[in-house]
Amino acid sequence: MNDTILSLMTFTPLIGVLILFFIPKDSHAIQRGVAFATALATFFISLPLVTGFVTNAEYQFVKSVPWIAAGPFQMNYHVGIDGISLWLVILTTFIMPIAILSTWTAVEEKVKEYMICLLLLEVGMLGAFISLDLFLFYIFWEVMLIPMYFIIGIWGGKQKIYAAVKFFIYTMAGSVLMLVALIALYFKAGGGDFNLTRFYALSLDPATQTWMFLAFAFAFAIKVPLFPVHTWLPLAHTEAPTAGSVILAAILLKMGTYGYVRFAIPLFPSASEQFTPLLATLSVIGVIYASLVAMVQEDVKKLVAYSSVAHLGFVMLGIYALNQQGVAGGMLQMLNHGVSTGALFLIVGFIYERRHTRLISDFGGLSKQMPIFATIFMIVTFSSIGLPGTNGFVGEFLVLIGAFESNLRWYAVVASSGVILSAVYMLWMFQRVMFGELDNPKNKTLPDLNAREIAIMLPLVALIFVMGIYPTPFIDKMAPAIDRVIQQGKMKQVAAVVPQMPMVAPGVDVTVPPAVHK
Amino acid sequence: MLEYVWLIPLFPLLGAVFNGLLGKKIKNEAVIGGIATLMIFCSFLVSCGILMQLIGLPAEERVFEKVVFPWIHSGNFKADMAFLVDPLSAIMIMVVTGVGSLIHLYSIGYMHGEEGFYRYFSYLNLFAMSMLLLVLGGNMLVMFIGWEGVGLCSYLLIGYYFHKKSAGDAAKKAFVMNRVGDFGFLIGLFTLYWWLGSNHNVWTINFTEIKAASSLLPYGGVVTIATLCFFVGATGKSAQIPLYTWLPDAMEGPTPVSALIHAATMVTAGVYMIGRMSFVFVKAPDTMMVIAIVGAATAIFAATIGTAQNDIKRVLAYSTVSQLGFMFLAMGVGAFTAGVFHLMTHAFFKACLFLGSGSVIHAMHHALHHAHSHDDPQDMRNMGGLRKAMPITFITFLVSTIAIAGIPGFSGFFSKDEILWQAFANPFHGGLNIFLWGTGAIAACFTAFYMFRLVFMTFFGECRITAKSKDHLHESPLVITIPLMVLGFLAVFGGYVGMPKLLGMLPNYFEHWLEPVFATAQGYAQTYVHAGAHHSHALEWGLMGLSVVIAVIGIAIAYILYIASPSIPARFTATFPALHRAVYNKWYIDELYDFLFINPCKALGSFLWKGFDVLVIDGIVDGVAKVVMGLSGMLKNLQSGYVHNYALSMALGVVVIIAFYIFR
Repeated sequence: MNDTILSLMTFTPLIGVLILFFIPKDSHAIQRGVAFATALATFFISLPLVTGFVTNAEYQFVKSVPWIAAGPFQMNYHVGIDGISLWLVILTTFIMPIAILSTWTAVEEKVKEYMICLLLLEVGMLGAFISLDLFLFYIFWEVMLIPMYFIIGIWGGKQKIYAAVKFFIYTMAGSVLMLVALIALYFKAGGGDFNLTRFYALSLDPATQTWMFLAFAFAFAIKVPLFPVHTWLPLAHTEAPTAGSVILAAILLKMGTYGYVRFAIPLFPSASEQFTPLLATLSVIGVIYASLVAMVQEDVKKLVAYSSVAHLGFVMLGIYALNQQGVAGGMLQMLNHGVSTGALFLIVGFIYERRHTRLISDFGGLSKQMPIFATIFMIVTFSSIGLPGTNGFVGEFLVLIGAFESNLRWYAVVASSGVILSAVYMLWMFQRVMFGELDNPKNKTLPDLNAREIAIMLPLVALIFVMGIYPTPFIDKMAPAIDRVIQQGKMKQVAAVVPQMPMVAPGVDVTVPPAVHK
Repeated sequence: MLEYVWLIPLFPLLGAVFNGLLGKKIKNEAVIGGIATLMIFCSFLVSCGILMQLIGLPAEERVFEKVVFPWIHSGNFKADMAFLVDPLSAIMIMVVTGVGSLIHLYSIGYMHGEEGFYRYFSYLNLFAMSMLLLVLGGNMLVMFIGWEGVGLCSYLLIGYYFHKKSAGDAAKKAFVMNRVGDFGFLIGLFTLYWWLGSNHNVWTINFTEIKAASSLLPYGGVVTIATLCFFVGATGKSAQIPLYTWLPDAMEGPTPVSALIHAATMVTAGVYMIGRMSFVFVKAPDTMMVIAIVGAATAIFAATIGTAQNDIKRVLAYSTVSQLGFMFLAMGVGAFTAGVFHLMTHAFFKACLFLGSGSVIHAMHHALHHAHSHDDPQDMRNMGGLRKAMPITFITFLVSTIAIAGIPGFSGFFSKDEILWQAFANPFHGGLNIFLWGTGAIAACFTAFYMFRLVFMTFFGECRITAKSKDHLHESPLVITIPLMVLGFLAVFGGYVGMPKLLGMLPNYFEHWLEPVFATAQGYAQTYVHAGAHHSHALEWGLMGLSVVIAVIGIAIAYILYIASPSIPARFTATFPALHRAVYNKWYIDELYDFLFINPCKALGSFLWKGFDVLVIDGIVDGVAKVVMGLSGMLKNLQSGYVHNYALSMALGVVVIIAFYIFR
């Protein structure tokens, strides 16, 4: 059971896709039901991962079988999770049912295809998080791209084609570079299989590291997105349907930051260290820049999209602090951002469905008309601002204190001013949408949230408080794996300086990954 | 009892959750208000029990820490949900729960009939919880939860009438300005944590642990930076220059909120924080000087603005800013006990003043409402002669005014006089002392003036509303007047626990009580201050007498201008219109901040968006896409499928190759 659970979880959505094929085109209700049930089932299947996870640095629930053997190329289906991917996997399975439930009334056309896209997307995302084989990771990485492209391009808003193409080209540009670097890395390692742990133990000369790191880092930077390659994001977010935006923000962006923690830093530590000032600078610019731009947005959804860029800037800063607090904070902030910004996009979706506009100036005084909505909106807003007691604070605080302890002290100081700016843009938006006179006649008839919508938001609101008040289980489970990443970085930095050192870093068993034979 | 300290913040939290979730369904005001008041009163009872227990212990054992559950543990960083009870936090929880209970009770009457009654009480309980976390926090991060939590509740309560744009603006302004301060608080925390950790391997943010390790901290240097950052946090929360402008606007909230949050408790958090970390602050003499100067400057600056306001609550708001300045002056001259003492007495008389003004506004509102008048019920120019209609409000208001003005025998006199004396006699600031004292004394004169101006305009003279409205003026109900009477009593007698030694009638219990808290700080101070010049008792008596004279002068001027010959103020404004306009418009500080910070930020944001994001980055991206498309468009022509095209290109190729060999 232990070694099949990851595969079972990852491919359950495919079963949903198969069932959907046999459902008549017009039975929208059944299609929605099947998709929702599948996503919910996936979530429940993923829960034993949390309970069964042993708090240590090893990969768990590992499964490794030969897959494609083409001459010297050996690709294994090698999956497993550690403290770093565990919570991202859970976040994915948790967000998906919510995202699907949110489309109940929002999407009326091509429902079947829409649901198939969403479920395929889930397969891609889960697969990418659990892959311990570089090639397998790359395949899942590309699998995610296509359904998202369709979701934006078919069910999107007015500029959907432009947005979809831009999303595709940006991501593709990064992916191609990553593929080239990946293949080069493979040959540097002398062929064989694509096992990640094998690549970890490699000791590459600095010049090779540099360009390979740049290729990987560029691909991930686009996904994060880091300044200045972020401009696809506001557009993609604004044009995507609600579920698309939620998944994009909550999970897809994490692929970028996850890529740094899992691949770019441990694979190329000395190059990574060399580029720390650049990446930290871009992260901090992202925080300030995106906050300032968010402040002047006229469209609520675009504002939230820019706030995403700012939040992910914090994540990157934490990761590059490369100490326990910083990386743990960054990882937590990934989850927090998934919950809070996911919730914000849902909220924007609610009012968009009601009014078919997202312009801030079209609203005002909604608090009076929609009190339940107002309460939830406010909680989520303050979570996004990072108020202590909510999830946003714990991550942000750990990131900042971690960065302050490391060499990135001054970056931390500048980024801290982001806490002021986030309050400015979020509260200003909240005030203009929710406070004031209810003067627009069209807003006077808006109904408050219905039971389905409340059901969507309740788990998110609960998580906001749980993760803010009792983050211990989250931090504890990821701590050993984070330690390992930090150690990997530091040890290989020594190795990189002296290229003649043995290829095997102490503590990492190359030939037999420890957890395989469980 | 000490073991149950966690009950103190828990009760109001339960009340907040209960009213927040069910209040709307319950609708019964007595139940909603009753539960909220009961919850904070339960906290008050527990606080009393804890105070009693502390009193029973020997002085050196009056420190108790309670870890409720682990909160954030990551690497060497550790922050638990932990509470710290010592003489200082004991005083604070007594003030917060005591004054808080009275204000909750008062609110039942004041908020009667409001649409968002349940919402109000939920927020008010939530505020009480946050404030209690702030004062009980055993480490900086729990304090910071409270610190930001009170900011949130302040935001919610200032924006209580959210349909008014001014209320929404004021709420946002308060939160953002507080956030500027929080930024400072965070950086201060980081600096202290990082420095102690990386230099001495003491990784802690726990107050008692920092205190134990405080001997490792240097004098000045990094401590100056950290404490200045913390002080920025204090200026935000406690409305000091330059971050004070949110507080007067905060008067958009319901009046009991102004009394509780913006006078008695939240705004004193900065003072409390400095007291809590006195052993760090005292190691940074430069910071102490900055605090003293900012405190004195705020005291006089806000007092000048207070003289020209006509809105009864705004006068009190500026008065609060000014009084907070006095407290910071005390902290800055190392008179921590005096600062905390003034914090306490101020909580009594200022809460009483605010609640009294609320009672007046309440009465005015009803009277004007009955007469279908649209005059502003908060404008003192519409009041006058209210002492006859509202005797209880008048008496309690008057004694509190006397207390704040600094007339001997009333609580405010003891605390304020102590601060002024310490400003004069402290061993820290040398030649600066005389200026600190002088500024404080002049501010005290202004205080007496604007407060009695308020009393004279409101309660004396002829009633300036229409006769029809006047008939509807009447005293507020008991639920409002009982808190007034209790606070009025405390405003008079609350100061006797800390009577100056000079008067010698009672021992100074207050100082003895806080001695162990500030002993470490005083010890550090001894190492660098010049053994302060010994001032004679005669000088102390003299200065005390002088401060009384100053207060009386202020009152006398108010009497002359507003009772004896009321035409003078009008003539004064006519003679110096520019000066009056500047003071009335609060020295145009809001406009200055708009000009300096807000507008440039917005402009920069717009530029970055439309100029950089759209034009530059997207321009490059789209440009690259266009070049690629253009190139592929050209290349496409090469593969046209026509044989003659291929033949032509082959011929061209041959020409190029031949040319290459000929000309190389």
